[in-house]
This record gives sequence, structure tokens and C-alpha cells, in this order.
Amino acid sequence: MNDARMKELTTTRRGFLKSVTAGGLMLSLAALPQPRGAAAANAAAKPLNVYVLVTPDNLVRIMARNPDMGQGVTTSLPMLIAEELDADWSSVRIEQADNEPDKYGMQFSGGSRAIPSQWEDSRRVGAGARAMLVQAAAREWGCAPADCRTEAGTVVHAQSGRRATYGSLALKCADIEPPDPKSLKLKAAKDYRIVGKPLAQYHTPQIVRGAPLFGIDVVRPGMLYATYAKAPVVGARVARANLEAARAVRGVRKVFAIEMAGKAAGAADTPAFHDLLPGIAVVAGSWWQARQGREALQVEWADHPSAQQSSEGFAATAKAAWASGKGEATVRNDGDFDAAFAAAAKTLEAEYSYPFLHHATLEPMNCTAEYRDGKLEIWAPTQTPEAGRQLCAKTLGIEPARITIHVTRSGGGFGRRLSNDYMVEAAWIAREAGAPVKLVWTREDDFEHGRYRPAGFHRLRAGLDASGKLVALADHFASFAPFGKPDMLCAMGANEFPARFVPNLRYEQTSMLLGVPVGALRAPRSNALAFVFQSFIDELAHAAGADPLAFQLALLGDQPTVGEGPALFNAARMKGVLQAAAKMANWGQAKLPKGEGLGIACYFSHAGYIAEVAHVAVAGDGTPKVRKVWCAVDVGAQIVNPSGAIQQVQGSVLHGISHAFHEAVSFAKGRPEQTSFAAYPVVRLEEAAPVEVQFLTTDYPPTGLGEPALPPAIPAIANAIFAATGKRVRSLPIRPEALRG
Amino acid sequence: MSVKLNVNGKLLTADVDPQTPLLWTLRDGLGILGPKFGCGMGQCGACTVHLDGEAVRSCVTPAAAVGKARVTTIEGMAADPVGRRVQAAWAELDVAQCGYCQPGQIMAATALLKRTPKPTDAEIDAAMNGNLCRCATYLRIRRAIKRASGQDEG
Repeated sequence: MNDARMKELTTTRRGFLKSVTAGGLMLSLAALPQPRGAAAANAAAKPLNVYVLVTPDNLVRIMARNPDMGQGVTTSLPMLIAEELDADWSSVRIEQADNEPDKYGMQFSGGSRAIPSQWEDSRRVGAGARAMLVQAAAREWGCAPADCRTEAGTVVHAQSGRRATYGSLALKCADIEPPDPKSLKLKAAKDYRIVGKPLAQYHTPQIVRGAPLFGIDVVRPGMLYATYAKAPVVGARVARANLEAARAVRGVRKVFAIEMAGKAAGAADTPAFHDLLPGIAVVAGSWWQARQGREALQVEWADHPSAQQSSEGFAATAKAAWASGKGEATVRNDGDFDAAFAAAAKTLEAEYSYPFLHHATLEPMNCTAEYRDGKLEIWAPTQTPEAGRQLCAKTLGIEPARITIHVTRSGGGFGRRLSNDYMVEAAWIAREAGAPVKLVWTREDDFEHGRYRPAGFHRLRAGLDASGKLVALADHFASFAPFGKPDMLCAMGANEFPARFVPNLRYEQTSMLLGVPVGALRAPRSNALAFVFQSFIDELAHAAGADPLAFQLALLGDQPTVGEGPALFNAARMKGVLQAAAKMANWGQAKLPKGEGLGIACYFSHAGYIAEVAHVAVAGDGTPKVRKVWCAVDVGAQIVNPSGAIQQVQGSVLHGISHAFHEAVSFAKGRPEQTSFAAYPVVRLEEAAPVEVQFLTTDYPPTGLGEPALPPAIPAIANAIFAATGKRVRSLPIRPEALRG
Repeated sequence: MSVKLNVNGKLLTADVDPQTPLLWTLRDGLGILGPKFGCGMGQCGACTVHLDGEAVRSCVTPAAAVGKARVTTIEGMAADPVGRRVQAAWAELDVAQCGYCQPGQIMAATALLKRTPKPTDAEIDAAMNGNLCRCATYLRIRRAIKRASGQDEG
């Protein structure tokens, strides 16, 4: 287990214990989730723990711990609590928790971590609250708690048949000690009434009514609106600007420049400084006025070294790195690749590449901030509220304790809102403006100031023995060092599959200087590496004259698992999903017309094992169309909310179609060339192929679904195109021109 | 400067420059927050509202161009028999993920069903293709339109 993971677990554990121990209960009273507009009796109810408040009107209020950007955690995590609480779901009311890590533990949305990190703890939170309600009823009835059971919001005394609703017990729990969470017996899966049932997201009724749930919908009394103009070359400073022209626009209240905060003169340009980039803020009485003011601005940006960068340049540098032979760093070196490659019966060489990508969440980056009496209050659509608080504290020089972050719903995140650059901008502008300010980026800002999924270039070589077995594999990965520093998002892991399944294997990496910030995009690294390796394995299968499914099953070998801890790879689970997906798609049996084909791919990421088969048709003019995708998913023993789970898988696969056919950011003169949806198309309704999903139930703890179904979709599509046309896709996005004829 | 608009059956006056896009007139001028800002270029559909029952992109429609046309936003759909059916289908099928595009999707779908009560797949594609959903909830969007129009959901 790595340090970050260990820290996360201990933080979570500490937060949980505090939340259910007596001391924690006292601590939590200050931030008791007050029922809105409730009667005095309701207000008298004390929370059973930091997450659960039962009120005399028989409602169960559950705090949603993590930010929701569409992955459904506002529903799924409270479902875990409600299950063990034995609540009646129709009486559950969910409220978004503010950022209070001391109380709730780590609150973030990323890495598909919500379910695996909360599966145990959230259920114990619910079970602890239930035990207190049972104890209150038993005391009332003069019986032993063990003689009572619960059913959907009611405690029942088995012998006498007496019943008490949770609401009737709400005021009788105040002096009851929360139980030791470890002592609690959790339900058997067969007894679940809530977990495992397809439930609509809690906010669905509000979403369909257009309720103001999102960051961009926040309104504060006396609020002003802001735009913030930054250089299209990231980090370039303002050389000259006619602020007066912006000030002359009707409704504009303030126009001011912001220098790169905290950056000492002459200090190295590092990603940390890109959280508050230099620029010009325009603050006005409405957002449109702020935008008009900005349109009136003429800014001359200073020269910046990043202006030399281009996507063409990166591709040329990658080729030069390959030509020079050796990579800068050896990531893994097993056996003797060179000897095995030289001795191989058949060899293959291929170059793969993929572009920078932008998250392009439909809700542009925005944040509302209010600075008063040395205190900062923020309403933000963010995936990492605590990181945002720390960033604001550091950049503005305010004690973290004086900063409050209210977490709003996010209109998409996909990793973009792990960075809080827009939050610190809003905070700075609000303090300077002396009024509450809602900062909203334009769509062009959003494209120009992404945290891009890094592009990558791979030169692969492989050798097969006379029997068609893969005996040698090498990859020289030409990647990036953003601002000259190594970055995990630009690195490949030493265990990248098929590492550990090929006796002679060498992974090398060369890193090019990059002057734009990179970021995690839904299934980071995996969404690119799956395309490269699963496509090349398909190439190898065809070169070996083998069926791609059979080749991959053989490659996975006979050992059920390799590695341990974070390095664990469960080959048996992977074979399970491969076989299931193949069966769903009638692999090897389907008779398809000319120009159509099936492709198969699998990938392990975010603790999930996923295999997909894509059916793609390619028209004579090269236009590809995904007809269907079958997806077999192994994320362990329990799907918490099947409605949301299927959505996540289907959305991930369609997101994969978007990567495969459309999405690409290219840089020229240091600037991203795409700043609109016209230039950066994304998947649309007409391309939404049916996605059939099967969840395999296996005896492993449940894991998350926000990400792992995306990576294998891309190579499954690319491999299907090869089956349909004989044309191998080695570069994304796939262009119809390349598939013509 | 101000603009008079008929929004969801009410006559309202917004204190904005008449050249302000309808989207920002509604959102900042009138506090009607259902229509969403996605691109400001008429390329994503998040801002879709109805003018006399027709779907338009409010982010590229100046308030001054609305005139006497009836403006209907997602907030007015509950009072519209077709809109209500569409909202019900959206809720039953749990269409949304993040939900940000869904007011625009529902407005586009409602306009489609007012014009074409039983749309074919091709008609659904044509009417809905300009409404982006980054979570890609398209499969459920299609089903919900089929359900709201009383057709086999396939």
C-alpha cells in the first residue's frame, strides 16, 4: 500500500471513529444538520452521529459526504448508511455536507474511491445509529435490545409485537452512548432492502425541474459577477492592457490585474504557481456585463517560453527520442528483451500515439466567494474541497480555519475539478472587489485553461516464438515532464499489463518538457495505455494467427494472481470478464456482413476488471459506426445501486467512443487550438450505441465504477475496426479518411 | 434600460440592456436559473428554452429579439402537459448523471414531441443531436423520449 493510500485510510478511519464515539457526538453538535423549517420538536433532536439525524416527524436526515459530479455518490453512500440503519428510504432526506474533514474524514471525489473506501465505514455508521434507536426502544419497553428487531424505520419487539417508529424514538436517544463500531454486526447481503436495488438518484426530481443545484446557480445577497482574462499561453504575464476600456462598459464596477501570486521574481515556473495565473479580472453587476467589459479589453501578453510549443513539435521530438535508441529512464526490465527479440520466430514493430484531451465539463469552471471580516466563504463545484481550502489559505494568506467551503453539485467533473484554480481566482477577486463575487469562465477560458490529459507516443516491439507465444515486448514511451518535473500522470507503471506475463520485457520512458498543466481525466493513464497495449496485443494475436480472445486468455496464463497489495493483478478475474463479454457478444460465432467486425479488449483499473466487445461497421467512405458494445464488469460482491452503476458503465463506454472518434486538443505556438465544441466535438446522441452490461458477482469487496469501463472501450472499437477493414488504428482520434477504401 | 418578457405565463421586466442574450436576462436579470450556460455559442444546447413552443438557444438570442413571443423555461414545464410527461419519463428512468444538461434536453425533447408526437429514431437523432451530454446519458434520453411519447422503448 502506498503512503497516500495509507494516509487516506487512517484519515478516514479517524474521521469515522470521531463520528460515532461519544466525544465525536459532542463535537458534532455544533454542525448538526438542522432540518430546514422544521418544528421545534425536530430542532430538539440530536444527531445519532455526524451523518444521521432522526427527527420526530419521522424523517431520517443523512449527510452526503462526498461531492457529486454525476457519479451518484449523493445517493449511493447514504444508501449504505440507510441499509444498516434499516431506514425506510422514502423517509430519507439527504443533505450535502460542507467541507469538514475533521468531522467527516476525507471528502473528495476521484479515483473511483467512494465505494471501496466507504463500503465498510458507511454501513457501520448506519448500524451504529440503528443500535441506538433499538436501545431507546428496549429501554422504553423494559426489554433487552436483543429481543428487538427493526424493519424499514420501525423497531419491533418480537414477543409483544410492540412497534415504535424511528421518529417516535428521536428524542429518546440523546443520552444513549454510540456503540463501538467494531462491535456491530452487519447484515448479510441476502437481507438487503436498499443496497442492490435500482434507485433513482436522490436529486433526480429536482434535476428534471431545473432546480438550482449547481455551483453556477449560487446567488448571494449583493453579489457581483466576474470574468477573468488569462493568457492563452499558460503563465504569460500582462505586458500592457487598456483597463479603462473595460471600465467604460455599462455595469462594470472594477477592473484589475492579478500578478502571479506567491511567485518570487526569477523563480522557476512550476505547476503550483498555475493555480493563480496572472490575468485581468472584470467585475460587474451581471455576468454578461462582465463579459462585455472583458471583450472591450485589449491585452498584450508578455513573451513566454511555452509559446514555442506545438503538438507537431512534440511528435517530432518523440520520433527523435525513438531514433536515439535508449529511453531516459528504464521503467521495467525483465529477462533479456534484445536477445529474445533477435531470436524470435516473428517480430512486430508499431508506433502508437494519442492526443491531449480536455475534460470539457458542460458546466464551465465557476465559483462564488465572499470575503468579510477576515473570513472567506466559498461555494464551489469541486472534487477536492479541502485541497481548495488549503490552496486559498496559502495563496491569500488566510488561516484555513477562517475559510468555509460549501460543496455544490458539479455539472460534470471527470477529474477537472480536482484542481481548484477557479476557486482561488474567485477568492482573490472577491477579496479585491469587496463584495460577494460569482466567477464564471467562458467556454473559451475553459478550453484554454484545461488540466489536459497528456498526449503520449509509444514505440512498441515484440517477438513471438514459433508456437505464436509472446516472448519479448518492449515499449519506449515518449511522454512529458510538465514544467520540467516528473508527473505521475505522464508516467507508465512498471506493472502495466502485460508486464509480469512476458518473460523478456522492457519499458522505457523519455520525457519532453511541457509548458501546460496536465490533469487526471476519467481513468487517468489507463484511458490512454489501454488503447496502446490492448490494440498491440490484438495485433500480436493476428500476427500469431490466433483468435484475439484465445491469445489474450493464453497470455493471462495459469496463475490466478500475480503481485500483492497495490501491485495485485487478478488474472482469474480478468479471464472471467473476458469470457463473459465474449459470450454476451456471441464471439467467434457471429456472422457479420463485409465492413463490420467485432473487437475485444480488457483492462484493469481503479480496482475493477472489465472486458468489452465492440461491434463496429465501417462504410465505404470510411465512416465508422459503433453498433453495439457488450461490457462484462467485475467490481466485486455487491453493486450498491444498479441504476447508477449501469449509468456509469454506459456513460464510460460512450465517453470512450468520444475519445476514439472525436476528442483532441492540439497546441500551436503554446496555445490550445480548440476553444469551442465546434472545434472539439464530443459524442452525440446519434452515436450512442446500445451498451449491454453484465455485472459478475465475485467474492471481493465492492469497488467503484466511475472510471474503469472507459479504458477498454477504445481498444475494443479499434480492434473491431481492424476486424471490419483490415486497417489498424494506431493513432487517436480515428479519422474516417484513414479507414477509406 | 429594461426588457419586458412573457416568461412561463408571467409578464416580467428585466433591468438589462436589450442586447443581453436571453440566457443571461433570465439567469441574472430575472433569477430564473433552470436554463444553463454551457458554451455561449449555441453549440451545446444547455440553454435551450421555448419561444412560442419552439426550442431555441437562449445564449445566442438577444432579449430584444424575443418581442411578444412566449418564453418557456424548464421551470414552466410542470404546467405543460407534454413537458410534464417528459419530466415524468426522465424521473422514472433516472436519466440524469450530473444533470447539468438535462433542463436543455427536456426542453428539446418537449419541443420535439409537441411537433412530432411519435418520433422515429431518426427524428429523435435530428432533434436531440445538438444537445450535448458530457456524462453521455443518451441511451436513457432516447428511452425517456420513447416512453413519454407512448412508444416501445426498445
